[in-house]
Amino acid sequence: MPFVHVRGVSKWFGSLQVLKQIDLDVPEHNVVCLIGASGSGKSTLLRCLNLLEHVEEGEIVVDGQPLTNGKVDVNALRKKIGIVFQAYNLFPHMTVLQNVTLAPRKGLGVSRERSEEYARALLRRIGLEDKADEYPDRLSGGQQQRVAIVRALAMGPKLMLLDEITSALDPQLVSEVLNLVRELAGSGMTMILATHEMGFAREVADKVCFLDAGCILEEGPPAQIFSAPREPRTREFLARVLEAEKLA
Amino acid sequence: MHALHQVLHAFFDLHSFTQDMPDVWAGFQINLKMMVIAEVLVLVLALALALLRGLPGPAAKPLRALAIAYTDFFRGTPIIIVAYFIGLGLPGLQLNFISTLSITTYGVIVLTLVYTAYVTEVYRAGIESVHPSQRAAARSLGLTYMQAMRYVIVPQAVRRVIPPLLNDFVGLQKDTALVSVIGVGEAAALAQNASSIDGNFVSYLVAAVFFILITIPLARFTDHLVATRERRERAQAF
Ligand SMILES: Nc1ncnc2c1ncn2[C@@H]1O[C@H](COP(=O)(O)OP(=O)(O)OP(=O)(O)O)[C@@H](O)[C@H]1O
Ligand SMILES: [Mg+2]
Repeated sequence: MPFVHVRGVSKWFGSLQVLKQIDLDVPEHNVVCLIGASGSGKSTLLRCLNLLEHVEEGEIVVDGQPLTNGKVDVNALRKKIGIVFQAYNLFPHMTVLQNVTLAPRKGLGVSRERSEEYARALLRRIGLEDKADEYPDRLSGGQQQRVAIVRALAMGPKLMLLDEITSALDPQLVSEVLNLVRELAGSGMTMILATHEMGFAREVADKVCFLDAGCILEEGPPAQIFSAPREPRTREFLARVLEAEKLA
Repeated sequence: MHALHQVLHAFFDLHSFTQDMPDVWAGFQINLKMMVIAEVLVLVLALALALLRGLPGPAAKPLRALAIAYTDFFRGTPIIIVAYFIGLGLPGLQLNFISTLSITTYGVIVLTLVYTAYVTEVYRAGIESVHPSQRAAARSLGLTYMQAMRYVIVPQAVRRVIPPLLNDFVGLQKDTALVSVIGVGEAAALAQNASSIDGNFVSYLVAAVFFILITIPLARFTDHLVATRERRERAQAF
C-alpha cells in the first residue's frame, strides 16, 4: 500500500459538500501538488489528512495506519504528520526557539537541552540561527514561514502537508521559502502541497492533482498536466492562472 | 451659607481627621487582607471555571451547564444579598467546619464567589479572542487539547485580558466595604462607629482616602498596560 492512501473521502460543511469521493495515492518519498481554484477543497483535503477536520465518509491510511476507523490516537498520528499553513501561525508569545521546541518537549518528552540543540541545528540549516531568541513579530514573512516549517520538522514527521505556504508572502520572499521546500523534496520527504505556484509545482512534483469543486478532476505527472491537460476545466484553470501571472 | 459651612465642617475637620486615622486604618488592614486573598482565589478559580465552560464535546455538557449556571447566578445576584446568604446562612447550618469560620473569612468567600463569576467571563472573552488557527497549529503538532490550552491559548488570552481584569479588581477592592453588612470590622464599619462618636462624617473621608490611594496605582498601571499594548499593535500594523 502507498504511504498515503485515500479512498472515497467525502466531506460536508453543513449541507455544502466540499470533498466528493476523493481518491489519492502518495508513495513514500514522493511529492504531490494539489492545484485548483479557490474554494475547490485543497485546504480541506490537507486538513482531513491529519484529522484537523472530521472525515465523514471514506478511508484514509497513512503509513499503514488507518485514520478513519475511529480508533486512531490523533495526537500520536499528528506527531508523524507535519502541516504548515498559509498564515504561518507561529505562537506570538514565544520566541523562535520556544516555538520550535514546544511540541518536541511537551509532546515527545524530549529534554530541553536536546530539543534546543536540535532546534538550533535546524535553524542554522535555514540561516536563522541568530533569530532563535527573537519573537515572531520581529521576523519577515518569509522568515516566519521558514520557522513554521522548521517547527513542523522538529517533530521528525514522515509526511509534510504544506497549504499554500507562499500565498501570503511578498514576491521577493517567496523563493527563500520555496528553496527550503525544494531541499526537503531533495532529501526524500514525502509531501503533499497545495499551491498556486505552477512553475514550482512543475519542478518538484512527482504528481499533480487538479481539484475542481471538491473532485480530483485530473491527475498526472506535471509535464502532462501542464502541457497537455485532458480536461477542458483544467485547461481553463491553467489559462486563467497564466494570465494572472502575466499581469502580476 | 450657614448650611454649607456646617456640611464642610462635618466632612473636613483636620482634628477629627488625624484622630480617626488610626482606627480606620486598623479596619482598612482587614480590607487589604480580604482583597489580596480574594484576588488570588479569583484568579485561579475563574480560570478553572472558564476552562470548564470551554470544554469541547457532548460529554462535557453537564460541566459547561454548571459553569454557566454559576456565572449567571452570581453575576445576577446583588453582592449584599450574597453576603447575607453566606454570612447568616453558613453559620446557621451548624456544620462543623463551615459554620465556625471567622466573619472575615465569610467576607472573603462572598467576594470570591461573586468576582469569580465576573472574572470567568473576562477570561472566557480572552480565550475566545485567540484566533482558532492558533489552536489548530498547536493541535497539528500533536499537542493534546489541554497542552494547547496551557502553553498556547491561555498565555495569550491572559495577556489580553489583564486590563479588564484589573478593572474588576478595582470593583472587588471597593466591595470589600460592602461585606461590613455581615459584621466584618473593616474600614467602612469602623468609620461608621467613629462617625457616631465624633458626631461628624470625617471618618468616612478618611476611609475614602484609603480606598482611593490603593485604587489610583492600579488604575494608572492598567492605563499603562493599555497604552503599551496600543503602541505595540500600531507598530506592528506598519
Ligand atoms: N470551517 C468551514 N466551515 C464551512 N465551510 C468551510 C469551512 N472551511 C472551508 N469551507 C468551505 O469549503 C470549501 C473548500 O474550502 P477550502 O479552504 O478547502 O478551499 P481551497 O481550495 O483551499 O481554497 P483556497 O485556494 O482559497 O485556499 C469552500 O467553499 C469553503 O467556503
Ligand atoms: Mg486553502
